[in-house]
Amino acid sequence: MTDITQTATLAPGGGRTMERVRLLLRSRSGLVGLIIVIVLGVLSLLSAFGLLPYDPIAQDPPARLQPPSAEHWFGTDQFGRDVFSRVAAGVANSALISLVAVAFATLVGTFCGLVAGFYRGVSDGVISGVTNVLFAFPPLLLALSLASVFDRNWFTIAVAIAIVYVPIFIRVTRGPVLSLREIEYVKAATSTGQSRSMVMFRHVLPNITSIIIVQVTLSLSWAVLTEASLSFLGLGTPPPAPSLGSMIFEARTLIGIAPWTMIAPGAVVVLLVVGLNLLGDGLRDALDPRNRGKK
Amino acid sequence: MLRRILAAVATLLGVAVFVFIMLRAIPGNQITAGLGTEAAALTPAQQQQLEAYYGLDQPLIVQFFSWLGNIFTGNLGFSARAQQSVLELTAQSLPVTIELALFSIVLALAIGVPLGMLSASRPDSPRDAFGQVVGLAGLSIPAFLLATTLLAVLASSFGFNPNGEGYAYFLDNPWLNLQQMLLPSLVLGFGIAAPIMRTTRTAVLEIRSNDFIRTAKAKGVPPRRLQAKHVLGNALVPIVTMTGLQFGYLLGGAVVVEQIFSLPGIGRQVLLGIQQKEYALVQSTVLIIALSFVIVNLLTDVLYRMIDPRVRAA
Repeated sequence: MTDITQTATLAPGGGRTMERVRLLLRSRSGLVGLIIVIVLGVLSLLSAFGLLPYDPIAQDPPARLQPPSAEHWFGTDQFGRDVFSRVAAGVANSALISLVAVAFATLVGTFCGLVAGFYRGVSDGVISGVTNVLFAFPPLLLALSLASVFDRNWFTIAVAIAIVYVPIFIRVTRGPVLSLREIEYVKAATSTGQSRSMVMFRHVLPNITSIIIVQVTLSLSWAVLTEASLSFLGLGTPPPAPSLGSMIFEARTLIGIAPWTMIAPGAVVVLLVVGLNLLGDGLRDALDPRNRGKK
Repeated sequence: MLRRILAAVATLLGVAVFVFIMLRAIPGNQITAGLGTEAAALTPAQQQQLEAYYGLDQPLIVQFFSWLGNIFTGNLGFSARAQQSVLELTAQSLPVTIELALFSIVLALAIGVPLGMLSASRPDSPRDAFGQVVGLAGLSIPAFLLATTLLAVLASSFGFNPNGEGYAYFLDNPWLNLQQMLLPSLVLGFGIAAPIMRTTRTAVLEIRSNDFIRTAKAKGVPPRRLQAKHVLGNALVPIVTMTGLQFGYLLGGAVVVEQIFSLPGIGRQVLLGIQQKEYALVQSTVLIIALSFVIVNLLTDVLYRMIDPRVRAA
């Protein structure tokens, strides 16, 4: 985990989307990652639209601790709740929190990184200073402390995770912007009288999108891990809402008599992170200009 | 180097401000935290007296500097539940976490570097795939899942659960202490081994394609010596950098792992503080952790200068 400064190589922008998609689908790991992410995405959509076989929080004491069967695909837990439905709802919960957190971190981090790198001066000093301060905290610890400050619900957890990832996006954006602002066409655009903010959004931002896309995928996998760790420690989404981390926490005393209560959420959280990591690796290769034109 | 130290000091000051703001953002204050619901029964006069006692009637900036002054004099606050000062608590818990961190890093290097070299020795071969799969597993399996599973399986199948007994300090019972450290450092070490493995693989592949390796080979340097001295020696810089970067993961992961294996380290101290709403304990401990993180980053920088002749010469 926390290989947080991985970046893609700077790629000139342009409409080569199809070629990139083709490159992504050609890389075996990228394809596998994409399939895993799509399957789990569909699972969380089923949960979001209430299409699960059972209510994930409805208790059914007579049916407790049943092994996997045709009726309960992943068995039932100590309260007779259907583990499959709970896992699906847990994936949805995890996906929601991670997506909101990373979206927030991407918007704020990219904007601050752009401003710091493009305008330099005071704004760069302030933004880089704040980034250094946030980087002085171990990521999980920062999320943990922030989660303890807020009133806990899915949104505040997402904000806590987002704050941890904002500095990563700032650092990943600022570096390439620093070199882009010295490139001729950016200077030319400035000299034609376009406003500086226009140049920043029109000519600089499109050229760092591939870096940001890769960072988003990798950050999603860390956000999933962080959310699961927080809920394992009892600082994530409050019960009875199902979360993969708290399901594993509850299952730890049942592993001897009902291993499926641990295996199902554990396997799914690993699968989700593997999928996002593979997709991130595949995207990095596909967006790397050095791989362009390869058959 | 002086600039680097000054920057670290500035960052630490920022960290203190951030922690202080976080302390103020929590609903309630020391009075409500200490008295709980009974705080509602205070008369306005009592309330005022307590506020004056805790210094809450002072402007924020005064409060900040008096808090900072306290920290510099070693007064990190008092834990009502443990009936000990935070400084005393930290003096007991920090060595546990440092021991855990050192063992984890040693294990991570022992797993990651050979695995990375194995992978790089024949790219795109089955052994490379093996290395990559182990690396991906390290990146993707959450520490809490691995720790819980290991503990449950080993305890129920083999009756091996040294952490079930009370924690033994190294000086009191070294043998039991080492057994208690084994599983937690394996879990943390496995997590860090993955990025170390990937870095080693990339670095070795890149270095092997250099002219000086071909020259060394042509001069007849034996393969073993070539690997150890010429290839690994040059790969050390990125490996050390990556290991230093992983320290943050280690300190965060320590919270999880110490909790699962009942190690009384600094991560557990934070978590207990959060669970028992002892905010002074949480803030001071978080500050100490951030301080150690900044120091480790600085040390990594120093080490980096020592092993990289180019940086040394510059």
